[in-house]
Amino acid sequence: MKKQSLMLSSAVAFAVIAGATAASADTLRLLTWGGYAPEDVVAKFEDMTGHTVEVTKSNNEEMIAKLRATGGGGFDLAQPSQDRIAGPQAEFGIYKPMDMSKIDTSLFIPSMLEATKGNTMVGDAVYGVPHVWGTSGLVVDTAMAGMVKDYTDLCSPDVAGKVSYRLKRPTLIGFAFSMGLDPFAAYGDEAAYTDIMGQVEAKLIECKPGVKTYWGGGDELMGLLRSGEVVASMAWDTGGWKLNADKPDITFVAPAAGALGWVDTFVLPAKGKADDAAYAWINFVMQPEVAAMITAAAGNFTASQGADEFASADLKARYQASFPAEAIDNIKWYPPVPAGLEAIEGGVLDRVKAAK
Amino acid sequence: MRRDAKFGLALLLTPLLLWLSLLIFIPHIDLFLVSLRERVGVGKYDISLANYLTFINEPLYMWTFLRTAVMSVVATVITLLIAFPVSYYIAKMVKGRTQSALFLLCLVPFWVSELVRTFGWMILLRETGIISNLLQSVGLASGPVEMLYNDAAIMVGLVYTSMLFMVVPLVTTLESLADEVVEAGYDLGGNGLSVLREIIIPHAMPGIVSGCIVVFMLCLGNYLTPTMLGGKESLWFTELIYSQFIVRFNWELGAAFGFLLLILSSVIVWGMLRLTGQSLEKTMG
Repeated sequence: MKKQSLMLSSAVAFAVIAGATAASADTLRLLTWGGYAPEDVVAKFEDMTGHTVEVTKSNNEEMIAKLRATGGGGFDLAQPSQDRIAGPQAEFGIYKPMDMSKIDTSLFIPSMLEATKGNTMVGDAVYGVPHVWGTSGLVVDTAMAGMVKDYTDLCSPDVAGKVSYRLKRPTLIGFAFSMGLDPFAAYGDEAAYTDIMGQVEAKLIECKPGVKTYWGGGDELMGLLRSGEVVASMAWDTGGWKLNADKPDITFVAPAAGALGWVDTFVLPAKGKADDAAYAWINFVMQPEVAAMITAAAGNFTASQGADEFASADLKARYQASFPAEAIDNIKWYPPVPAGLEAIEGGVLDRVKAAK
Repeated sequence: MRRDAKFGLALLLTPLLLWLSLLIFIPHIDLFLVSLRERVGVGKYDISLANYLTFINEPLYMWTFLRTAVMSVVATVITLLIAFPVSYYIAKMVKGRTQSALFLLCLVPFWVSELVRTFGWMILLRETGIISNLLQSVGLASGPVEMLYNDAAIMVGLVYTSMLFMVVPLVTTLESLADEVVEAGYDLGGNGLSVLREIIIPHAMPGIVSGCIVVFMLCLGNYLTPTMLGGKESLWFTELIYSQFIVRFNWELGAAFGFLLLILSSVIVWGMLRLTGQSLEKTMG
């Protein structure tokens, strides 16, 4: 009898707890990049709102592939770069429009918000708001390879055998700019773009013997640079700044042809189930103090208005050393990638990989 | 009574059939259907053989497949050559505890994941790695030696990863070979070589064939080892499939590649069986 009443009461208690959670709190399944949802931020958010956050770390291509496989299900909030929203949306329909009335727009830097809204527009609907931004360019050991100032300098015989870059689209774009071409202007014209990519392909094949390896993940590159096996590489700014903290000779260099600027966004997957939690997360992390915590973890600045004041002095100093004023003006921001462009680039990358 | 037996059989078969149909047949049919689509515009697809034609018309893809197949065959042969003496020693030369201990030693590396094992090889082979430093300290090399990012590194990784799958079937078949038969061979005037050729190898043939098939398929379908150890020179067929699916958003071509890998690898295994006069029935039976 006693046992039974214990079971009954625990069942009642369980039902109450379960009912309470279902009513007020959701599970937010967040598909994001490493560092964008640090544990302290997640804990603070869970305390404040009662929602639970499940973080999945990924990258642009995998995010889109995952959402495509489920038709936009499995996650409630994703963070692809702003150039990878309109194309995949038109092609696969994996996102749903943002309800801007649920977002506290005063938390955003107005120019960035407007630019991202424009870039992620399909029809009349806005699909993305900006979160973290940064650039990719060159990470160079200035003591060993001070002469590397531009993407094509990676082909120089002075650094042959000690160079690494990714075999992905940023490399193609960077090399094209460095060769005096403008791939972004040719985005809308398949023939012109194919021609530019053809020239880049020839250049990359010519450079291949001097490349140590094509790096795949950030950690792999960090290992190569730290051990000194690689002295010059294409990489993200934060990678260079992180290494700079351990090895003062290594730092991020904005290439002469211009660093490539990206903005990672917030988008709602088409079949997301916890939109309210998603909007709550967006409004939460864009608060200046929280955004500064993310900057500290990810190493990149955010689109949050006023968060710079909270950023660490070290990071600001590194940022200013890498980006003199004219280098900032020279940043090439990725415009939206039209659907189908990846096929052209894919062929080029495959042929470069296969070249001897 | 008969109905009961039938029902029992159906019940026993259900998990297998579910597994086969849900995880093997249906995905493959879907894969095949996807591979027949051709993108003609934004979100629009036609049915065509364009993806298969791409494989035939672009020499790069064909060449990558050939390279993968040839490297896998070579890796299989090397694995066999190393594993055969090892298995013979474990099965015939030692007994009892030593036998179990040696067998266990073959097994131990597989207690950690393939990723960790591959990282281990990277630490050994890289320019600032252990072997390079060792060579320099004993004076055999004047500067750092890079041993990663080439075909030899891929081969080392593949053979190492496959070793167990060759040793297990070989040990099992060799253990069933009675010692008297080998002794009789010597009594009848045979020497080491002819006993090996006439008695041991024919007896071990089922083990050799099944080991070779498993190792060949594992090498052909391996993704991690070639990409990590091969670096810029890897160029493995599975890598192509991955990049079509994930990086290029081109599921149609990726699906066609996946299907071609299935068909071509089956053809290669069948061809090898015919060439060596073996059959699957003999091996498995």
